[in-house]
Amino acid sequence: MTCAVEFQAVSRRFGELQALDDISFQIAPGEFFGLLGPNGAGKTTLISVLGGLVRPDSGRAFVMGHDVTTDYLNSRRSLGVVPQEVVFDPFLTVRETLRFQAGYFGLRRVDDWIDEILHHLSLTDKADKNMRTLSGGMKRRVLVGQALVHKPPVIVLDEPTAGVDVELRHALWAFISRLNKEGHTILLTTHYLQEAETLCDRIAMLKLGRVVALDHKQKLLSPFEMMMVRLTAARVPVSWLPRLRGAEGQSFLIELKSLDELEALLAALRADNIAIKDLQVEQTDLEQVFLRLTGSGEALLPTEIRQGESS
Amino acid sequence: MNGRANSETAAAKKVDAQMTHEITGNRLLKKSWHMLFYKEVLRFRRVSFQTVAAPVIMALLYLLIFSHALGKVSVFGDRVSYTAFLVPGLIMMSVLQNAFANTSSSLIQSKMAGNMIFFLLAPITPWGFFLAYVLAGVLRGVVVGFGVWLAALYFAPELWRPVSPGWVIAFGFLGGAILAMLGVIAGLWSEKFDQLATFQNFIIMPMTFLSGVFYSVHSLPDFWFKASHLNPFFYMIDGFRYGFFGESDVSPWLNLTFVGIVCVVLTWGTWALIARGWKLRI
Repeated sequence: MTCAVEFQAVSRRFGELQALDDISFQIAPGEFFGLLGPNGAGKTTLISVLGGLVRPDSGRAFVMGHDVTTDYLNSRRSLGVVPQEVVFDPFLTVRETLRFQAGYFGLRRVDDWIDEILHHLSLTDKADKNMRTLSGGMKRRVLVGQALVHKPPVIVLDEPTAGVDVELRHALWAFISRLNKEGHTILLTTHYLQEAETLCDRIAMLKLGRVVALDHKQKLLSPFEMMMVRLTAARVPVSWLPRLRGAEGQSFLIELKSLDELEALLAALRADNIAIKDLQVEQTDLEQVFLRLTGSGEALLPTEIRQGESS
Repeated sequence: MNGRANSETAAAKKVDAQMTHEITGNRLLKKSWHMLFYKEVLRFRRVSFQTVAAPVIMALLYLLIFSHALGKVSVFGDRVSYTAFLVPGLIMMSVLQNAFANTSSSLIQSKMAGNMIFFLLAPITPWGFFLAYVLAGVLRGVVVGFGVWLAALYFAPELWRPVSPGWVIAFGFLGGAILAMLGVIAGLWSEKFDQLATFQNFIIMPMTFLSGVFYSVHSLPDFWFKASHLNPFFYMIDGFRYGFFGESDVSPWLNLTFVGIVCVVLTWGTWALIARGWKLRI
């Protein structure tokens, strides 16, 4: 079966910076794929390769089986890209923007379809307004519409919800999920781990131009299946001090190997006569996985430091 | 293509129908570049007061001032009045400057606004890109030139019928195309408006002004007479003027040869830059 997206050993260097370093992976048709990474990891560069905006030094990339360099007309027709930056043509109205975009893909007389897109993006009443008069969120919706206007099987969204208010973010999530259910392959880059966690099937994590992890969401999480308990109490039982991973006033972060250990913790608290003011169980999330894999920050402070502080 | 839901509307199916066939080779997709051309035309039409009316007024001011100041200057052995002599030069100058302004300013504006990606992501071939921009530039040049001609008829009614319109059209089109291509190159090269202004003020303007718009090169001292013959703009304006009067400083065929060669070289060069994605794709 033809892959929706395929990278074969794609590398690209900008001067001293190795922006992409031997990247290879495939995305199956219909998948919802997440591309995660800190700033400068190469996410935007990688997806720009698909649209032909960035040319790799070596390696090849394909969209629906079409080589993005040698068969770019077909690869671009199969691809819709929602760019990260809010850009627009100040001479055009919303409807004209979509009409021209359709025209660039060779489509003619598709106003009914444009009306449909406008409706789905709640832009119908803005259709004849100049792009300049729209709010940032509205402009972003138009960008989504532009990426969809030629009905591409593959849709790439580069941080679509960056700097977007909560309401629009959820509206966009719902909209993108629907597109995925309708059969579009989605490739999403994001900073928001919650976004990737909620939406994506598989996730690739990028760091300094390399793929440091790539798997199904569940598998990516499983090696880190320990739990954290946030306990609010006067102190922590002495026997549990080695498990202490964070402390702030009366709030302690304690690591459990599994949920079964919670009982033992509670027993220890009772035995020491420590009153529990509050207790919350926190599941490992992608954020912790992400930070551990990319080592770019500290989701959990190194154990030694914390132990040193608390003992 | 891949298991789509069946709840598609008629409008959606219509899009699918237009997108089904695959494109073989680097075929020039007419529909795609036509749309880009149309957008370029719309861009200057939307602000036609600035892009068409203003240059016409400017040319008329030149005409008034120079014909008043230099009305007694003799050209072509007094067979042509200085005012009439001036008009074709001014028309051509307007064509050239506006063809250049259209492509260069459109590209730099798109670059600054970041909206170039809309057509860079589209299946438009380098030739499509080239044709859309260059032809839109030529069109604006020709529209302005036509406007100048109409307005100038008030001052020099004898020009309502050029001696050989074929030459007028040929040089108008080729000159416009050459400047539109230079505009594409300048627009691609510039990263700021400032750089574009440098190109315009230090290269385009002096070359137009020193090309015989306002005078016959035969009236120049020997050095400048020879130097003028190295200026491609001289051949465009001289050939264009021949179309109006049947008289020129050099043979129209020499003009055509020179202009033709410049046009071919620039076509190749501009296309190659676009095809390489020079300053467009990194």
